[in-house]
Amino acid sequence: MSGIPDALNAIPVLGIVFQLVGYLLANLDSISNTTVAIAVPITLAALCGVLCERSGVVNIGLEGIMLTAAFVGWFAAAAAAGAIGTGTPSPFFGATLPLIIGVAAAVVAGMLVSLLHAWLSISLRVDQIISGTIINIGAAGITGYMYSLISAQSLVGAGQFEKYVVPQGVVDLPIVGWLINAVLSQGPVGLLTIAIVIFLQVMLFRSRWGLRTRASGEHPRAAETVGIDVIWLRYRNVVASGALAALGGVWLSMEQTGNFNAGMTQGRGFIGLAAMIVGRWTPLGAFGAALLFASVGGFSQSLTISHPTGNLGDLINLVPGEFWEALPYIITIVVLAGFIGRSIAPAADGVPYERESAS
Amino acid sequence: MSAPAGTAGSGFSLRDWGSSLFWTLAESVTAILLAVVVGGIGITLFSGFLPNNHPAFDVGLPFAAYGALWSGAVGSINGIGSTLSYATPLALAGLGVGLGFKAGLFNIGGRGQFLMGSVGAMAVVTVMGPSQNGLITVPLALIVGGLFGAFAGFIPGALKATSGAHEVVTTIMLNYIFVFATYWAISGPLRLPNSPQAITADASAWGAALPTIHIPEVDILGLHLFGADVLGRDAHYGILLAVLALPVIWFLLFRTTLGFEIRAAGANSDAARYAGMKTKQLVVLTMSMAGGLCGLAGATTLLGVVHQMAPGYDTTIGFDAITVALVGRSNPVGIGLAALLFGGMRAGAQTMQISPGVPGELVDALQMFILLFLVINILRRWMAKRPTGGSALTTGAEVAPLAAEVSK
Repeated sequence: MSGIPDALNAIPVLGIVFQLVGYLLANLDSISNTTVAIAVPITLAALCGVLCERSGVVNIGLEGIMLTAAFVGWFAAAAAAGAIGTGTPSPFFGATLPLIIGVAAAVVAGMLVSLLHAWLSISLRVDQIISGTIINIGAAGITGYMYSLISAQSLVGAGQFEKYVVPQGVVDLPIVGWLINAVLSQGPVGLLTIAIVIFLQVMLFRSRWGLRTRASGEHPRAAETVGIDVIWLRYRNVVASGALAALGGVWLSMEQTGNFNAGMTQGRGFIGLAAMIVGRWTPLGAFGAALLFASVGGFSQSLTISHPTGNLGDLINLVPGEFWEALPYIITIVVLAGFIGRSIAPAADGVPYERESAS
Repeated sequence: MSAPAGTAGSGFSLRDWGSSLFWTLAESVTAILLAVVVGGIGITLFSGFLPNNHPAFDVGLPFAAYGALWSGAVGSINGIGSTLSYATPLALAGLGVGLGFKAGLFNIGGRGQFLMGSVGAMAVVTVMGPSQNGLITVPLALIVGGLFGAFAGFIPGALKATSGAHEVVTTIMLNYIFVFATYWAISGPLRLPNSPQAITADASAWGAALPTIHIPEVDILGLHLFGADVLGRDAHYGILLAVLALPVIWFLLFRTTLGFEIRAAGANSDAARYAGMKTKQLVVLTMSMAGGLCGLAGATTLLGVVHQMAPGYDTTIGFDAITVALVGRSNPVGIGLAALLFGGMRAGAQTMQISPGVPGELVDALQMFILLFLVINILRRWMAKRPTGGSALTTGAEVAPLAAEVSK
């Protein structure tokens, strides 16, 4: 039975590839599930970036928006649970009233932080990198401050959303069962993310709003001359995008786990920025890049759980674990430097727009 | 928008210069005061969360907190030593970021460059072995640390010069690459031989630490004016490096041809290129120098304060240095003052955290509010107009369009 695979695996060099394929197939379920899970917050951050930068506003404050939303959502849910009780989880992803209040609070918080970024970078025309830096420093400082205070209070969180359980019959489907399982066995935010990716991809390239957004990101003056209110459009996009990054925060503190930790975003906002660049400022591309980055994470996590044996295992042992973690960033730099296909930002990205007509 | 009501074309006059300096200072002081007020409101609002059933909305708490912050930072000789110790990497890395600003480059890579500086210094300590002559290895470790940092700055500079990849994005990505490179170094080549866990040698045990400055206790007229509370960090001779670097960078920027070219490239890159300056080389050189300064910050912190690297060795200096450079307006004098301010806040935070129990993260929040009020430029808005034109907070690169990477 195993004679043919063994023979294939024994071929020099090429055998390693067969061993790798065999290893991936054997661990397909765990790798694909972790990959999709890791990709969710990265995708949401990247989408926030796409929405901002397509309309011409650079946003490196993604990390700060996510972190703020993760804290505010978790805290609001915990406070609501303390006031009205957790209640019984509904069949809808185990949602409870406090959790829903938490999500709403997180989204509002994310949009408020984005509003600050919009005000600073669009109205005051502050250097957008500085504005993003302010948001990142402030989010880390203020949530860290609150967390230090609250962690001494032993405040109990409001729990977390449950994952959708894919029926066993579907999981057992040949060939596609694992894929359906990986994509669908997620909580509400994870499932919503996939819908948002498709929705934004269509909207950005097939709707009037999308055309206007791209126009004000590429050539705002021309957009203004045909009657597009560039300032207002940028405001709307930046503030709305805050809700997306906020959902990433919700996923961290209310879906993946049920609690908040200081600095729990751990650079996911910046990987999101990378995914946006590698995905060439398109929602679908960003999602793909996020999946690519996440698959590296999924693979390296799988290595720690069940390490491959034989030549493949020896080969992988030569690569330090840190390399896998650094790989997404290396890929981004390679893409940015134009070694493999160039990724080009919207032309007016980061350039504050100043109306000519205004006195 | 109206054009900046300035003294365009009227040439330089001491009076203008004096008043612009006055306004710069006034803006900074206003921003700091407003941040302190907002921070105080925040402390009061959340005082109910403090342990031991602290009364809610305690109006006295901000005063207690800021009092502790102040006395921790400058209330004793040791406090001052701790302030200087915290200010040292801030000044060095702040110079690194500020130098970039002057050249129109936004160096967010302070974190990675700091880490590489630490790794470089630790590499020297590791190679030299358990018994070494500190007089030789410490300077060598500082130099190698600076070179490692310079290399970490060279990469984004070279990428920008050759492919136009924007340094903001590349330095952010490189930060994480260097974080993981540092973890790998700690668990691999720099690991202490025969150590059960991943940890490097202790530089001070191996005789390669920057010596501590011992400050005698001072009693004046029998009063313990300077208490002997040794919270925070000990002062070390690495401070001298920052004291040295500030005038050196000032001289470089304002008294050398290279400095002039850097500032010219920052003010208008195209004009500088048309004037015959090699702007691409300037980008590479400036980023390397900036990285070197941040690397020195890492090397001094390792050799003077931390002495040993363990997994999780990291720093917040990247963003802190941006704050320092912005508040210091990218000017070495301003950077020195800003480094003292934020170094003092970091030093005092330890005292504050213990005595009234206000979390030290307050300092980060204050940093954010200071920057926020600076960019909003409250004072100018109040006064409606300002004697000299120009933006309050210049990075040198007024706008850092990512689009620059397209226009090649």
